[in-house]
Amino acid sequence: MMDMTTMNMNLITAIPEIFMAVMIVFMLLLDAFIDESKKSVNTILTILTLIGGYILQLIVFVPTQISMAFNGMFVLDGLAEGMKLFVYVFSIVVVLYIRQYINDKKFMKGEFYAIFLFAILGMQVMISANNLLILYIGLELFSLALIGLVALNRDSIRSTEAAMKYFILSALASGILLYGISFIFGATNELQLDAVFRSIYAANGQNSGMLVFGLVFIVAGLVFKLGLVPFHMWVPDVYEGASLPATTLIGTVSEIAGVVFIIRFLVGGLVLLSKEWAVMLSVVAFLSVFLGNIVAISQTNIKRLLGYSAIAHMGFIAFGLMTVSVNGISAVLFYVVSYVITALAGFGVLLALSEGGFECEKIEDLSGLSKSHPIYAGIMLLVMFSLAGIPPLVGFYAKFTILSALIEAGYIKSAVFAVIMALIGAFYYLRVVKVMYFDEKDIELRAANTGVISRGVLVVNGGLLLLIGIMPGNLMRFCSYLLTS
Amino acid sequence: MMMHNLISLTVWTPIIAGILVLLVGSGKNGGSSNGCSSTGCSFSECLARYVALIGSIISFIFSAIIFFKFDPAVSGIQFEEYHPWIENLHINYHMGVDGIAMPFLLLNNFITVLVILAGWRVIKYKVALYNSMFLIMTGFMSGVFGALDAILFYVFFEAMLIPMYLIIGVWGSSNRVYAAIKFFLYTLLGSLLMLVALIYLYYASNNSFEIFAYYHTPLKMVAQILIFIAFFFSFAVKVPMWPVHTWLPDAHPEAPTGGSIVLAAITLKIGGYGFLRFILPIVPDASRYLSGVMVTLSLIAIVYIGLVAIVQKDMKKLVAYSSISHMGFVTLGCFLFVGPLLNMWGLEGAIVQMISHGFVAAAMFMCIGVMYDRVHSRNIVDYGGVVTKMPIFAAFFMLFAMANSGLPGTSGFVGEFMVIMGAMQTNFVYAFLAGLALILGAAFSLWMYKRVIFGEITNSHVAEMKDVNGFEFVVLTLLAISVIWMGVYPDIFVAKMQVGVRDLIIQVSNSKLGG
Repeated sequence: MMDMTTMNMNLITAIPEIFMAVMIVFMLLLDAFIDESKKSVNTILTILTLIGGYILQLIVFVPTQISMAFNGMFVLDGLAEGMKLFVYVFSIVVVLYIRQYINDKKFMKGEFYAIFLFAILGMQVMISANNLLILYIGLELFSLALIGLVALNRDSIRSTEAAMKYFILSALASGILLYGISFIFGATNELQLDAVFRSIYAANGQNSGMLVFGLVFIVAGLVFKLGLVPFHMWVPDVYEGASLPATTLIGTVSEIAGVVFIIRFLVGGLVLLSKEWAVMLSVVAFLSVFLGNIVAISQTNIKRLLGYSAIAHMGFIAFGLMTVSVNGISAVLFYVVSYVITALAGFGVLLALSEGGFECEKIEDLSGLSKSHPIYAGIMLLVMFSLAGIPPLVGFYAKFTILSALIEAGYIKSAVFAVIMALIGAFYYLRVVKVMYFDEKDIELRAANTGVISRGVLVVNGGLLLLIGIMPGNLMRFCSYLLTS
Repeated sequence: MMMHNLISLTVWTPIIAGILVLLVGSGKNGGSSNGCSSTGCSFSECLARYVALIGSIISFIFSAIIFFKFDPAVSGIQFEEYHPWIENLHINYHMGVDGIAMPFLLLNNFITVLVILAGWRVIKYKVALYNSMFLIMTGFMSGVFGALDAILFYVFFEAMLIPMYLIIGVWGSSNRVYAAIKFFLYTLLGSLLMLVALIYLYYASNNSFEIFAYYHTPLKMVAQILIFIAFFFSFAVKVPMWPVHTWLPDAHPEAPTGGSIVLAAITLKIGGYGFLRFILPIVPDASRYLSGVMVTLSLIAIVYIGLVAIVQKDMKKLVAYSSISHMGFVTLGCFLFVGPLLNMWGLEGAIVQMISHGFVAAAMFMCIGVMYDRVHSRNIVDYGGVVTKMPIFAAFFMLFAMANSGLPGTSGFVGEFMVIMGAMQTNFVYAFLAGLALILGAAFSLWMYKRVIFGEITNSHVAEMKDVNGFEFVVLTLLAISVIWMGVYPDIFVAKMQVGVRDLIIQVSNSKLGG
């Protein structure tokens, strides 16, 4: 065993996470003592926790320097810092969007927000993990919390079923991932990512059979978390079955952690095996883009539609990853950030239209929206065209950078395939616009009273799709800066 | 100072005006007491109309200044603007016009003023959205003609699908949803393939998205042919050429009058412009190699689609098919090679034909729109004897029908004549087949005119028709002046583009295979 005195704890690097953990425990305790009428304090505490985490995160980071905690198991580099800041900001936006829904639906507020914060904490740990076991712990914390959020809507049969399905498949995927990790450990005798990397490099081709064998399981486990085909079965059911707040979290912020997880693990740690995993990812990318777009056409539930759309978009991300180039990976980061911004606005509109326990989830629910709520319709229009990748919206540049990376790496046929699938995808996004703008409805949808701040944030969020679309340079530069620093 | 930003002003004035229209016009509907009495709409809608009109006129003035300040003797780009835009991808905000692009800028902004006027009384549903969509689309289309950076071009090129989708879908007639989605997906298919080609060219030209850098990039024949196909899909769908034209006869009848006018007058021209700006100069060897195919497709469009037009029962469909037939002249003129050299007559004829068709097709759709607003039918059989009720209108319609069939003295004649002259130099058979179009044009235009305007009054709707009102009269007069001016004195446009066309011919004559 290692001597405790030589261990380099360096707790400062992990202070934001420690702060969050303390706050969660505090909130759980507090919740037991306050009565029902004062539960809104939980919302405020959640936002304060996230803001506090954001500020601490800014303070602890030293630019151009990689800080390690817990003897190198926990890393804070540019990639982790940037992505964590994004996670904090997006989480605050999610809380603002779901606040009214939670109040109307009378979910157990204290528990909901505590579990919500646990999920965020899990993501942050995952983003910073530099050790396979820490990676695993972060992933499990975040997955289990998400399952809890889905199951919290306990009066609904669909939610319970979705939670069950998610739990079983997720547990299976975790097992597969762990199995793969054990092979890596067997071949290299290391769990620390940089040590694994060094060991593979030193072995110079020995043990490669065992490594590749482990790699198959690891890729399968990772691909499950991102919801790529053929491990996508849970995505549409969970998106549809979960209540809108849970779907919002699953469909937006949690994608970031999964992608950073893959970048750090495959591109950072196992780059020597890139030939093997790039082939696996390319198969997965082809299938996801194909299946996601084709099946989405026949959906009538907008949450389910967004689920399939998420599969297709993650397929695009897999296309970017398989290029294994700096341009490709920074394109992936740009893609995931812009996708999350877009999806957030979309879920924000759905949440704003879910008044008094009603769940706006059928596509027909949106019909005539341009007349009853022109601003929400306008935001949804921007979301749909951005997801379809039409300029001048941010989604176009996301697709553009991925295509550019693909062609640079010589995958021209993949690029052509991807754009044809994007064309098919445009059809179902257009259908949502069609319902909002071309159809009429007698009964007007009532908007929830989400408050000035939430509405303002939603409008800003929608405007950002256009603004980043007109000036995408800064976000792109930021993403490539995160990778190189 | 302002001289350097003229193109940007032309592009962004209507877009900003469009956003402004959306903001001022989003007040609640319903005739308030202080609304304008003449149209019976609310104050905010009325304000939206005026803001839209002023915005479109200002941008038209900017484009007119460009037209008159343009120096026809200078080769290359004028009114150039260059700013870095997305630096890490080497994408620049690079604008400028040469003699080929400049006339389209003027045409585009001219037509928009007419469209806003044409919809003044007719559009009563979502007025602000209607006007703002047209303004925003004009801005995007001006951007297409002004962009010199491939990605800037692409952004404008694809962004204009969004307003057009809404225009067809929201204000169209019964089958509008089908038409809107078909229009969108068809054109998107083409443009996405072009995007792949543009990115390929970026790497082939050492990391540059400048369109003019592509002109000097050596390319192997296989690469040229593949790029040709990718570009062909995107521009041929827009033109539209024969096998990929089927979206147009669906989109036109369902679109509102303004939508049809913009679609026929400008959107189709972007396809022809793409041939001149991208395909011919970037892949000259593939263009030469495939010119036979292109000529064949063009001739099929001219003759076969001309025949299809004759038998149409729906007036808008008839004009839609006649547009395809007329645009066949454009693609024919673009691909007339004599040895390695492009034919000057053909090329200039193609551009003149595009501008002329912009006026004539706009006028035809305007006329049909005038009748549709009164009778609410596009079927030829529902009309007859209109001349007795609407004599002024009948006179205008006569002029435009003549122009549509290529009568000398109208703009329709000049372009077609120049292209046929060029075809004669290349191959007599081409010229003969293209000449047939003049007969077919007379057949479909005049036969329709006869059935609609002359004869007995067939039903009570026609009997109740009233002659053109002030707005319609202004629009039709402006179009009539343009049509006759282009027919009598086309030199005002031709002189401006001559140097640009000569540069293009020189560019295309150089083979890029050797490297």
